[in-house]
Formats: sequence, structure tokens, C-alpha cells
Amino acid sequence: MSEGPITSGHDPRFSPTLYAHVGKPNSWTLDYYLSHGGYETARAVLTGKQPEEVVEEVKKSGLRGRGGAGFPTGVKWSFMPNDGQQHYLICNADESEPASFKDRYLMEDDPHQLIEGMIIGGFAIRATKGYIYIRGEYRKAYDRLVGAIGEAYERGYLGKNLFGSGFDFDLYVHRGAGAYICGEETALMNSLEGLRANPRMKPPFPAQSGLYGKPTTINNVESLASVVHIVQRGADWFAQMGTERSKGMKLFQVSGPAKRPGVYELPMGTTFRELIYDWAGGPTEPIKAFIPGGSSTPMLPFTDEYLDLPMDYESLVAAKSALGTGGVVLIPESVCIVDSVWNLIRFYGHESCGKCTPCREGVSGWLPQLFEKFERGQATHEDLKTMEDLLDQIEGRSFCPLADAAVWPIRGALRHFRDEFLHHIEHGTCAVKSGPRWR
Amino acid sequence: MGFFDDKQEWLAEVFAQYPADRRRSALMPLLRRVQQDEGYVDFERMKEIAELVGTTATEVAGVMSFYSYYQGLPTGKYHIQVCRTLSCKLAGSDELWHTLTERLGILPGEVTEDGRFSLQAVECLGSCHTGPVIQINDEPYVERVTKARLEALLEGLEQDKPLEEVRRTLPDEEKMGKATIELEGEGGAS
Repeated sequence: MSEGPITSGHDPRFSPTLYAHVGKPNSWTLDYYLSHGGYETARAVLTGKQPEEVVEEVKKSGLRGRGGAGFPTGVKWSFMPNDGQQHYLICNADESEPASFKDRYLMEDDPHQLIEGMIIGGFAIRATKGYIYIRGEYRKAYDRLVGAIGEAYERGYLGKNLFGSGFDFDLYVHRGAGAYICGEETALMNSLEGLRANPRMKPPFPAQSGLYGKPTTINNVESLASVVHIVQRGADWFAQMGTERSKGMKLFQVSGPAKRPGVYELPMGTTFRELIYDWAGGPTEPIKAFIPGGSSTPMLPFTDEYLDLPMDYESLVAAKSALGTGGVVLIPESVCIVDSVWNLIRFYGHESCGKCTPCREGVSGWLPQLFEKFERGQATHEDLKTMEDLLDQIEGRSFCPLADAAVWPIRGALRHFRDEFLHHIEHGTCAVKSGPRWR
Repeated sequence: MGFFDDKQEWLAEVFAQYPADRRRSALMPLLRRVQQDEGYVDFERMKEIAELVGTTATEVAGVMSFYSYYQGLPTGKYHIQVCRTLSCKLAGSDELWHTLTERLGILPGEVTEDGRFSLQAVECLGSCHTGPVIQINDEPYVERVTKARLEALLEGLEQDKPLEEVRRTLPDEEKMGKATIELEGEGGAS
């Protein structure tokens, strides 16, 4: 285990960094952070490096955006011009993909880590102002962030001329108010500008014209926190973890009936089996399926073949799913797959912003109507065919990825659990008998 | 007197977060403040906000209706938002919802006769490992809302104890608010 890339949380060379301080007493205070080497990386960067060097280091590390899409962070940063205009760095802390709750504890228990990541990121893209767009419901995280930012200003870690480098950085927190679409970067910018959160046409991309029409980069909380460690320990340290094209450590989440559901920091390439059994303690009841990476990612059967898949971007694509945000949901034997997917379709239907026709009419109109028919035992084989045609009409034809996110869970369910849909058609009821689940 | 008349200092702080020519960015924080203090946002308040940020009340209403947090109708002293998305559903949120509607005798849009409670079904709150989850007003979540914890919560609120005190004394509260939760010993789903 001590040779080659690190792809297991059991590897002795691996220890958590992002979550090293989560759950520790007073971990959210500046004094705690400083006593664990806090802000030393930002100091070293601002007083000893050029922005391009930071971008190169992050590129070299292979870090891919941890918000779900997996776009290389360093490459995204390199799109920012060097034009003397006001630039903005936005942290996407909207964390609204069902099954995802990893960013929450980064903000609640280690807000200074995120602030340090934003200072470094801001320096790299020449942004002197940053916004953290946090979902409105994360009250505790909001309080902790505001407290931490206040402390950082008081003691000179935010504001003018940081570490005597001449670099200024101001940081603000903007609260959302309950809208999934705000996780889409251009919708988020509209929301921050006080508009309805409809996504914007791209191009122009945010790096050309983003917040207030200025060059802007938007990164996920976990991505920005990862930057602190990449810059501190070097791109090679990061890249020795994970697989060929999926580098580093990642926060994975387990929900549904497991003994110890929660967030686990593991190297990329760790198997689902290790996450679910070794870290989350295994299921508490028989499981038939699992969602591998957040609600939009197609579900997979809970069998050896899929449990032994490494959690990396490529392996999941090969299995016709996606790594997404790394949010795993265990779906029990006794729960109907049609019901479960209907729950998610209702979610996406509710969250569709209504801007484009495939999503407004398809995701929040036709798909819910078809699922209602399945639920009421009125669906026919013709309805199933209509649904599949509809998926083809929606996928890839909408303005933003929200509609695709609604299509994929149905695709996964039909690929692996078609019989449960057919049971609804032929018998008018669920294939399994669900008992009460509330304790 | 306008809602914001005596809050000039607070307003200045909010506007200072955004560029001077981008006052409209303060629209959401202003809506949130009214929602927090008054339990809903009526048209008079929308007009007031519109004037402050430099737009029309119709625009404000348009933004307001986009988000689930802002309410156009009065809510109870405790506005209970119940997460119903998949992980919470797997932990029994459907049954929790039915229990709440029956126990309180209200549906969304209504307030209990004593003005104490209102209800809203909401989508994923981002606490999937501690489902079922509810949020009351703008306060930190009440996690893992089992039958016993719900009963203790409602009883405490009915006695008008402060929400934070009620939460602190809920059974198993010491296990909550953490990135992982140990469920061994709780017994399997029936």
C-alpha cells in the first residue's frame, strides 16, 4: 500500500486535511486557526509568489471543481484576463443538490480555511473583492462565517494591504433564500444582483463578463478549501492521491439507512464499498440501489460489481453515471424505485426556473403528470414510451443543466429497475410493500 | 412610519456590501429582514424596499416569488419548514408531515388559531444524514426529528419556552450538529 497512488482511506500515507479540524472544540475561531498554522499559506503566497505561479500550481495539481461538474479549477482561473478592471471571486456555497452536505461543515467548523482559500484564489485571479453566496437555510454556517470574517478584519487578515504585500481583499457574505437554481453560476450572479435567479446566456462567460459585468470566477467551497493545502504542500502532494484523471482528496457523503451516515474525506479512487461499509458502518437494512453522487446522478444497483467501482470521474461515467458532488444515497429493498424517483422529479419540477421550454413544460409539467399517473396506477405502456421520448426531447436541449439533472435519475432507474415501472403499469401498485419509516 | 425608518444604520451596513451603484443587490437582504421581523412581506413593504433599492414593487414581488423563504401571507410565531426530499423521505418525512398537519390541524398557508404555528413543505435543506430535518423560522435546523423529539419540541414551544432552550433539551441533542451521526443502537426501520 505504500507504493503508487493513494486510493484508499486506509492507506497509511493518507490523513484528512479539509476536515482535519471539523468537530474539534472552537475550531471555527481565529485563535484556533492560527495555532494550527492558519493564514501562513496566504502570507507566503501574497509575499512571495506571482498570481500566475499560483494558477500554475493549481493547474498542475489536477484539482477539478468539487461543486459537481468537475471542471479543472486552475484552467478556470487561467481564463481571467489581466486587464486592470475590478475582478470578483465568488464562492458558491449554495450547496443545494440533494444528498450533498459537505460544504456545510467546512463553513460551520472551519470558516477560516475557506477565507484563506479565497484570499489565495482572489490573489491568483487578481480579484480584490469576494462574495460567499451561501444558501439561506444554512443559518449556523452563516453565523460562523460572519463571525470569522469579522475576526479576520479585526486582526488584518482581510482588508487593505494584507501581510504588507500591497494586495487588498474584501469579503462579503450574501444569503440565498431557497432556490436550487442558484447553484448554477450565472443564476447565482443574477441572484446576487437582486434579480430573479434565471441563468444567463453563455457566452459571455463569467471570466469575461460576470458579476456586475466584470470578470468573475465562481468556485465551490471545497475547491477553495482544497487550494490552501495544494499551495501549502505542493501540487505533487495532491496529485499522488487519486487516479489518473481524478486527483486528490474529496469529501464524500452517505445518507439513507446506514449506521454512521455523514461526511467522509477520502482519496479519489476509494471504492463505494470502502465508503459505505468501512467508514459509514454499512447499511442498517437490505439495500437494492444507491445514488452515487447527488440526486442528479443515475442510480446504480447495490451489487458487488458497482460497490467495487472506484469513486472517480471516469469510472462513474463508464458506469453511465457521474461522481457529481460525491453524495451517496442508499435506497432500501422495501422502498419503491418509482416513488423514489418521483420524489426527485418533484424536486426538479419545483426548482425549474421556468426560463426555457424543455425544462418548464417538460420537467415541471409533463414529467410530474406522467409520474402522477404511475403513482395512481393509471399509467400505460404508452405512457412509459411517452416518458422515454420526453427524456430525449429534454436532455441536452435546455438552457442550463437543471433539466439534464432531472432526466438522469429517470434514466438510471429505467436502466436498472425497469421492472418496477412495469409493475406499476401492469398491477397499478408498487412492486414492493413499503412499511412506515419514521421512528 | 416605514419599516426601515429606524434601521438606517443597519441599512447602511447592508448597502456597503455592494458597489455604490448596485443598490439592487440589497434586495434579498432587505426582504429577509422584513420576513424575519414580521413573518411575511406585504405589498406596502415591497413598495418600501423598491424605493430603497431603486426599482418597482412589481420587480420586488417578482424576485420574492422566485424563492421559497419569503412569504406573502402571515405565518405563525413558529413557521415550521419540513424537508421532504429523498434522504429525509427515507427517514420518514412523509409520516412526519402527516403527523404535523394532523397534530396542528393546519395546512400550508394557514396558521393555528393561537397564532403559534404555520407549516411549509420545503425541498432539500442539506442535512441528508440527519433526516428527517425541519427548520423553524430562520434558526439552525432541528435534526433527526424522531417521534420523541417532535413531541418534546412541540410541547416546549406550546409552553412558550424559547426555541433555543427547547432544542437544547431535546432527547439525543448532543448527537446533533455534527458531520457524522452514530445511529447504532437506534434499531432498524420497522
